[in-house]
Amino acid sequence: MRNRIIYTLLFLLSISAVFHSCQNEEGINYKRYYVNGKGIYEKNCQSCHGADGKGLGTLYPPLTDSLYLKQNKNKLACIIKNGQNETIQINNVPFDGNMPANPNLADIDIAQVIVYITNSFGNKQGFYSDQQVLNDLNNCK
Amino acid sequence: MNKILFFTIAAALIQSCTNKSDDRLPILGSREPVEKNVNGKTVVDTIYQTIPPFSYLNQDSIAVTDKDFDGKIYVSDFFFTSCTTICPVMHRNMLNVYNKYKGNPKIKFLSHSIDIKYDLPSRLKKYATKLGVEGNQWEFVHGSRDSIFGIAAKSYLVSAFEDSTDPQGLVHQGWFILVDTKKHLRGAYDGTKENQVKQLMLDIDKLLAEEAANEK
Repeated sequence: MRNRIIYTLLFLLSISAVFHSCQNEEGINYKRYYVNGKGIYEKNCQSCHGADGKGLGTLYPPLTDSLYLKQNKNKLACIIKNGQNETIQINNVPFDGNMPANPNLADIDIAQVIVYITNSFGNKQGFYSDQQVLNDLNNCK
Repeated sequence: MNKILFFTIAAALIQSCTNKSDDRLPILGSREPVEKNVNGKTVVDTIYQTIPPFSYLNQDSIAVTDKDFDGKIYVSDFFFTSCTTICPVMHRNMLNVYNKYKGNPKIKFLSHSIDIKYDLPSRLKKYATKLGVEGNQWEFVHGSRDSIFGIAAKSYLVSAFEDSTDPQGLVHQGWFILVDTKKHLRGAYDGTKENQVKQLMLDIDKLLAEEAANEK
């Protein structure tokens, strides 16, 4: 009797494990991008924008404004790759500093760090592929 | 006989453990003994390293000298405004310390720019304002190449130099140096590490207590 219960439990467990492994590819990619993106963020962005994405005073803008990140999503790749010299408004506060370019980041690195930023600090925008990054970069000003 | 010996050793051991170590902060840097003649007797005294006189321009283009730090406990560091590596982290942490002691007349902050060419007072002012710092409790100073790099290496014991192989051309360490009212070095903390900066605040409190005790 006891054995039967154990076997049933084990059976159910393995069934659920099989189901879980059948996540769609984007779901897996999302997680992979997010984790790798965190590492890229720590290396290239965190010093100024902070571990909590809050920036620093009006020197470095926060990444917690989901509106800006949503409205400018297809500019993010260009900003990350080529830097930013324009004055931008975040929550009605002007930021006129220069953000340095990151020419060494590959398209996939940029996609990963965008997935991390746009799904952290209160943002929830989902997946972004390196193909989308490639398209964005072709349209940089 | 053995028993007595055992107990004496045990007692000595326990004593040595409970003996409170002096919890004053050490005085860092080089020191040299000097022999003095006091009342006909030769006494050996120690001379500790101190911060020598200096004169810089601060963010308001006003001259700032060592005199402005007489009788003050202060924290010193080296940075430059366009640095995107360790400086933002250092000043994010320093801002926490500043906000804790904001308005305390006994505490000051001294940030030396090592970007002699570009970090003129106007630029330092902009930086300070954007960081959220007003007034002159936290001085951001501009000085000549020799005076800044010299005092970094010789007096604050912080390595800072120009390096053409670095992408930004300037290399420096992120130490926060704690200096007491007599201009002795009392502590060095890695300004990029949050736990060390917490220790700095504990040590500032310790120094404040020491000063208060000395005044009595």
